[in-house]
Amino acid sequence: MNSYALDIALTVNGERVSKRVDARKTLVDFLRDDLALTGSHVGCEHGVCGACTVRVDGEIIRGCLMLAAQCDGATVDTIEGMSDSGEIADLQTAFEQRNALQCGYCTPGMLAAAQDLLKRGAIPSRDDIREHLSGNYCRCTGYHAIVDAVEAVAQARAKGR
Amino acid sequence: MKPAPFAYKKVRSLDEAVALLGEKEAKVLAGGQSLIATLNMRLSSPSLLIDINGLDGLSGISEKGGAVEVGALARHAQAERSDVIAKHAPLIARALPHIGHPAIRNRGTLGGSIAFADPAAELPACLLALDGEVDATGPKGKRTIKAQDFFRGLFETALAPQEVLTAIRVPAADKGARVGFAELARRHGDYAIVGLAASARADGKGLSNVRLAYFGVGNTPVRAKKAEAALASGNIEAAVAALDLDPNDDVQATARLKKHLAGVLLRRVAKQLLEAGS
Repeated sequence: MNSYALDIALTVNGERVSKRVDARKTLVDFLRDDLALTGSHVGCEHGVCGACTVRVDGEIIRGCLMLAAQCDGATVDTIEGMSDSGEIADLQTAFEQRNALQCGYCTPGMLAAAQDLLKRGAIPSRDDIREHLSGNYCRCTGYHAIVDAVEAVAQARAKGR
Repeated sequence: MKPAPFAYKKVRSLDEAVALLGEKEAKVLAGGQSLIATLNMRLSSPSLLIDINGLDGLSGISEKGGAVEVGALARHAQAERSDVIAKHAPLIARALPHIGHPAIRNRGTLGGSIAFADPAAELPACLLALDGEVDATGPKGKRTIKAQDFFRGLFETALAPQEVLTAIRVPAADKGARVGFAELARRHGDYAIVGLAASARADGKGLSNVRLAYFGVGNTPVRAKKAEAALASGNIEAAVAALDLDPNDDVQATARLKKHLAGVLLRRVAKQLLEAGS
């Protein structure tokens, strides 16, 4: 049977979740509307702005370009999970200290994309950082402060190893 | 915006997908990085999405018999990490970093990009430049379609309504193979204003079998055949002068600017083709 609504079971930020969702519901709308995880933002809704970036099975993806129905059995990490676990505490502090955000709308996606680059372990060049964040629009900062923050954390983490 | 309502079915076999494609307004969902965007914008409103992401055996990347075969569900990020692609399909390796952004490349599939046939996308042009082919399976079984016969029009391919693209294949690059790739986009990873994928054979100090496939200049990837002949004779400026492209104005650039940029790209790509060991 082809259905307009489906039962899905997934793990979100370490918690098991079972819900019935409309087939047409995107992952980011599911996270925001059904789970009240409003840290993932809805910007352009066609994959251009990156405000909805979350992790599915460890890889960053566009929350607006994946259906909730496709996440049955998946492990999803949102900015709330990454924040609560302390995984990106240093990035968050660096963003704050360097004014790498103003309105904050892009920040959850920006942090998720930055962490995706940094968890590879090597110290990325500024060009690498820009390339990895190229899919995340920020209309406030002009990006320099964001690149500064990510670079500083990359160096600090390398020292700590 | 939000998508119009549709039904969703995750299929367990290719046969099931082919059978469901017989339903009115059904569409195949692979990586979804173009399709879901068009759904969100309500540029497309299928009645049924057939999710093929759970099918086994469609994600492989292998080299055999002088050809590189990429399963339809191989993702861009997987191909970027693939030693087979790096070694045997250098044109695709050069194109991949230009496709979308990391989060997009984690989901988007090579087969999906070819089947969607966006005229400004990189991979259709690569397939044409490499004289590649695609495998498709439909109610009557499997068939192979050459790239030159595959791209028919704007987002239009030779796939029949009930056919599913299952693999793409390009000749494996050998010692004499030369490839070149360049594109111009407002932001790295965005759709190109104009792009060029090229292949050739080293022939003494010159080139033979030059294939120049432009994207972003027409309804399909477009060969610039007069320029190919001029470039084979070794004259880059003559090749630029011979560019017989007929782009239209679009939201990104005027036709005149696109034609100018096509020449800029040809000079860059010609240099790559002429460099030994490119």
